Amino acid sequence: MIEGIGVFDVLAVSTIIFFVGLFGFVTRKNMISLLISIELMLNSVALNFVVFNKFLYPGNIQGYIFTLFLIAVAAAEVALAIAIIISFYRMDNSIDADEMDSLSG
Amino acid sequence: MDILSLLVVIPMLTVFILFFVKDMQMVRIIAAAGMFVETIVTFFVTRNYVASRGSGDTSEFLMTKDFTWFESLNIHYFVGVDGIAVAMLLLTAIVLLAGIFISWNIEDLTREFYISLIILGTGVFGFFISLDLFTMFLFYEVAVIPMYLLIGIWGTGPKEYAAMKLTLMLMGASAMLLVAILGIYYFSGQTFNMQEIAHAHMPIVAQRFFFPMAFVGFGVLGALFPFHTWSPDGHASAPTAVSMLHAGVLMKLGTYGAFRVAMYLMPDAANEMSTFFMGLAAIGVIYGAFGAIRQTDLKYINAYSSVSHLGLIFFGMMALNKTAYTGAVLQMISHGLMTAVFFALIGMLYGRTHTRDVRKMGGLLKVLPFIAVVYMIIGMASLGLPGLSGFVAEMHIFVGAFQNPDTIHRIFSILAVSAIVVTAVYILRVVGMMLMGPIKHQEFEDLPKAVWYEKVGALLVLLPVMAIGLAPNWLVSLIQDSLAPIVEQLSHSGY
Amino acid sequence: MDFKFTIWILILPTLVFLFTGLLGKKMPAKISGWIGTASMATAMLLAYKTAYEYFFQVGFVDGIRPTIFAYKEVWMKFTDTLVFDMGILIDPISVLMLVVVTTVSFLVHLYSIGYMHGDQGYYKFFSFLSLFSVSMLALVVATNIFQIYFFWELVGVSSYLLIGFYYDKPSAVSAAKKAFIVTRFADLGFLIGILLLSFHAGTFDFMTLVSEDGPLLAQTAPPVFMGLSIFGVALSLIFVGGAGKSAMFPLHIWLPDAMEGPTPVSALIHAATMVVAGVYLVARLFPAFQGVDGGAVLHLVAWTGAISSLFAAIIAMTQDDIKRVLAYSTMSQIGYMMLALGVSGMEGHHGLGYMASMFHLFTHAMFKALLFLGAGSVIHAVHSNLMKDMGGLRKYMPITHITFLIACLAISGVPPFSGFFSKDEILAAAFEQNKILFAIEYAVAGLTAFYMFRIYFGIFWGKETVYKHTPHESPLTMSLPLLILAIATVFIGFIPFGHFVTADRALYDIHIDPMMAGASVGVGLIGILVAYILYKKESTLADGVSEMFGQGYTWAKDKFYMDEVYQFFAHKMMFAGVAAPVAWIDKNIVDGFMNGIGWITETFSMMLEDWQSGRVRQYAFSFILGLLVIIFAVLYLNGIIDFKG
Repeated sequence: MIEGIGVFDVLAVSTIIFFVGLFGFVTRKNMISLLISIELMLNSVALNFVVFNKFLYPGNIQGYIFTLFLIAVAAAEVALAIAIIISFYRMDNSIDADEMDSLSG
Repeated sequence: MDILSLLVVIPMLTVFILFFVKDMQMVRIIAAAGMFVETIVTFFVTRNYVASRGSGDTSEFLMTKDFTWFESLNIHYFVGVDGIAVAMLLLTAIVLLAGIFISWNIEDLTREFYISLIILGTGVFGFFISLDLFTMFLFYEVAVIPMYLLIGIWGTGPKEYAAMKLTLMLMGASAMLLVAILGIYYFSGQTFNMQEIAHAHMPIVAQRFFFPMAFVGFGVLGALFPFHTWSPDGHASAPTAVSMLHAGVLMKLGTYGAFRVAMYLMPDAANEMSTFFMGLAAIGVIYGAFGAIRQTDLKYINAYSSVSHLGLIFFGMMALNKTAYTGAVLQMISHGLMTAVFFALIGMLYGRTHTRDVRKMGGLLKVLPFIAVVYMIIGMASLGLPGLSGFVAEMHIFVGAFQNPDTIHRIFSILAVSAIVVTAVYILRVVGMMLMGPIKHQEFEDLPKAVWYEKVGALLVLLPVMAIGLAPNWLVSLIQDSLAPIVEQLSHSGY
Repeated sequence: MDFKFTIWILILPTLVFLFTGLLGKKMPAKISGWIGTASMATAMLLAYKTAYEYFFQVGFVDGIRPTIFAYKEVWMKFTDTLVFDMGILIDPISVLMLVVVTTVSFLVHLYSIGYMHGDQGYYKFFSFLSLFSVSMLALVVATNIFQIYFFWELVGVSSYLLIGFYYDKPSAVSAAKKAFIVTRFADLGFLIGILLLSFHAGTFDFMTLVSEDGPLLAQTAPPVFMGLSIFGVALSLIFVGGAGKSAMFPLHIWLPDAMEGPTPVSALIHAATMVVAGVYLVARLFPAFQGVDGGAVLHLVAWTGAISSLFAAIIAMTQDDIKRVLAYSTMSQIGYMMLALGVSGMEGHHGLGYMASMFHLFTHAMFKALLFLGAGSVIHAVHSNLMKDMGGLRKYMPITHITFLIACLAISGVPPFSGFFSKDEILAAAFEQNKILFAIEYAVAGLTAFYMFRIYFGIFWGKETVYKHTPHESPLTMSLPLLILAIATVFIGFIPFGHFVTADRALYDIHIDPMMAGASVGVGLIGILVAYILYKKESTLADGVSEMFGQGYTWAKDKFYMDEVYQFFAHKMMFAGVAAPVAWIDKNIVDGFMNGIGWITETFSMMLEDWQSGRVRQYAFSFILGLLVIIFAVLYLNGIIDFKG
């Protein structure tokens, strides 16, 4: 751990990353951008896990393990999402999120 | 296994066997055989019942069998019969067996048709023997659900609309019923056992709330005015055997339930609200009869006639005395038989002439003597001709209704009695237009005569109509013996 | 004397009905006819045996004729006290009716063997005749008002089947329907009357209803409707039923149309037996009619009878169809019987009307059956119902001619034929009771003679008609009944009827008042004379007379437009005024309401559909928004933040 960097610094960074992701998710139309935004949010959460585990329960490792899971799941999710996006692109020749409404009820 | 449960097990077994039969002729024979056995068992039940009553057994329900099903909620599989239930079982058995014969010529999805039909029958049998409200409700749903398939798949005309309308209205009614049943459950000390509930005397406030719910909930199935509109459309679209079973038996679930559950379990509210529901029923009687006058489709005529006759059942119940109750139960049986024959005959006519419009037929008495004569006899039964079952039932209801000299009761009673004229008008109109007169179309000259399974089906139901009409006493005493506790319950309104 | 054998009078026709109805098709046609006739002959002999034993062997008990129950079994129990019995009651009027019904029925059976010869529905015809006979016989021996109602409906349905016997003729079908529905409408009154009695009198049993200390006569109930007590109302309603069956004004419209049926049926059902059921019903309940509300209901009976008889006689003078003339004549004569009951009292001489009514019922059954069978014989020969197709038939059909003449003389009240005796008694009874009623009936007697001889001269004399086929006398099976009935018509008037049937059931000797007899014969002869002048020879005189009456003649010829009035009520009021609106309401309002519920549900779901756009970003936005709301709500509720600042 680098000296002089406290828990609040890290949390500030993670919060910034989360809201950057959130902002991107709400404003962007491009599916890839949405995906990147989601990844940013997930990573900010992962960062939180690590930081809280490190500073609050130094003896435990659950937080680290959870983060590992998160990374694995995020990777799988990205793979799936990319697959969906590609198949959409093949169908509609577009990856604009607003044009996709086949989920409508 | 006790004999009553056999009534549910036999149809279930028949259905199970039918799943594995490929040959269509075999399917018919097995279905007929299964229902024949069922009828025999019903006769045994009747015989046992009459014998034990004869030997002095005065308990309210006989052949009871109690078996805890779901302990924590106090749900039992509790069956037993009294005279009314026995009569209803006989009716069901006869109509179901006749329905199997009448549907002999169904060609597509024969097996599935018979399976649905028999599942429906299972529900009906189960309903009539249940003494536990939960089991009763379960069987009720078992009986109602196959209707959707039977009409939606094997129906004619706007069948999807009709099936959907019927199912939705009946489901709406079921929802009301479920609330009422749960209300009864909680306000009578967490029991579904009807006998216990009857003796528990629910608080009047709860009765006032749940009685109309239960009565109307069952009333919808019994085509209580103004909740009858599913029935003309439903009957018109349903295949013959389904119309038979539905009008003949299934609608009696509604009237029987309204009597057994709503009135018997909540007597005080029934007494309080009797005038209102009596008025509703009297309006239904005359309204259905007038409705039938204007129709030209045979099935619609019969459906409206059913509204009128079923209105008479509710009317009899609400007259609140033993004679009228007897009449109401007799009318359930009488109407069940009559309307079953009617629908059977309409099916036969439709199969030959390919129309149900009375204006297009004419002179059929000459070409189809068997069908026409049976139609006339049943028409006469329906307009209350002495010597046939309708007369016996109607006279009990009318005499019962006149035992209350209250002016408003008199007005309703006279209204209901005057339906005998209107009924004569629409029955004779149909007979005159369709069976008599000159033959309207050349191709009607050589319509095929009735075949054996049609004759068996029609006679199976026609003969009881005559038997009841000529010698009503055995049936009347069967019913009246069991009315005592109900009369007791309803006449001791403590409020 | 237990009269157990009387049950066979009912069983025999029942068996024939079932046998010919079910198996008649498979047998040679003749057999069903002869079986029916034979069984009816046996029933007739049994009825005579009953009459003989009842009137001569049982005789009087304590000065009055007793009531005997040959059978009385509970058929249906409404309550412990309200019981629907079936049984056989033997008393003077039921024995009288047994004799009348079996005799006419037997003769009609015999006649039909010839008349219906070669008809397709031969076996069916005899089957229906038997059904009718058994229903009618069971009706007249009823022990209980509900038993009467039971068989009342059954005779109604046999009448329906027989009127509509030629069911491929639309006019026959509609006449049958009309007869059934009109009488059914009247029966509604009957039924409501019975039901009212069931509550207020608490019994259906005739003996209790008419007994001195029974609920009707012993109690005095307060008036409830137009000065009548509830019993009066009930009896009036029961009388409405009787009036419908007996074709009394204004419920008569079905009777002329009922002539669409085969002529033997008209003779049996619509002349001799079924149509007098209403008279029989009033006679059966006579002590009650007489005692309740001081006999107020009897005034209704008397006036209905008088109006009907006058009304029918006027119409009968103008009709051209001989069966219709006879139908109106039947209505008119039944009016006489009703009137006679209406003016009658109970004891001795006051009971003259009752006795006269039953006597007239008896004689009328014979001569009216004879008239109908004679008319049938004529129709059989010339193949037409209309008087304009007939004329000069006396040369071709001597037996028919003579027998018809006898019947015409009888109905016109010429001595020594039977009608004279009974009609004279009726006029005498009316004279003592009410002069206006007497005047009406006196006029009707003249009109009766006129219209009967109008058709007699029209058929057998009048113009010399050229026939396509030369008419010939009917076969023996048809002429024999005519002869038998003619003999009866000549002689039965001499029966000392007061020895057998009287209101109080005691012995009564009929006295013929020469003044009254002279007056009534005189008016009859005047009627005959007028008919002779107008119709004996073909002349324009008759047309001149009818022109003299101008509009009145047209009205009478069009039956005073009663049919149109009914048409208006039935079609305009019931169909257009009630049934059509009901159908409309059902389709649009009641069903519309149910469909409306469905529509609301569907519309609501449509509205929600817009929320489910399928756009992921929109979902995410809502999700975040929702999350924020929840977070703030939780914070606020836990008091962590406060919006008030």
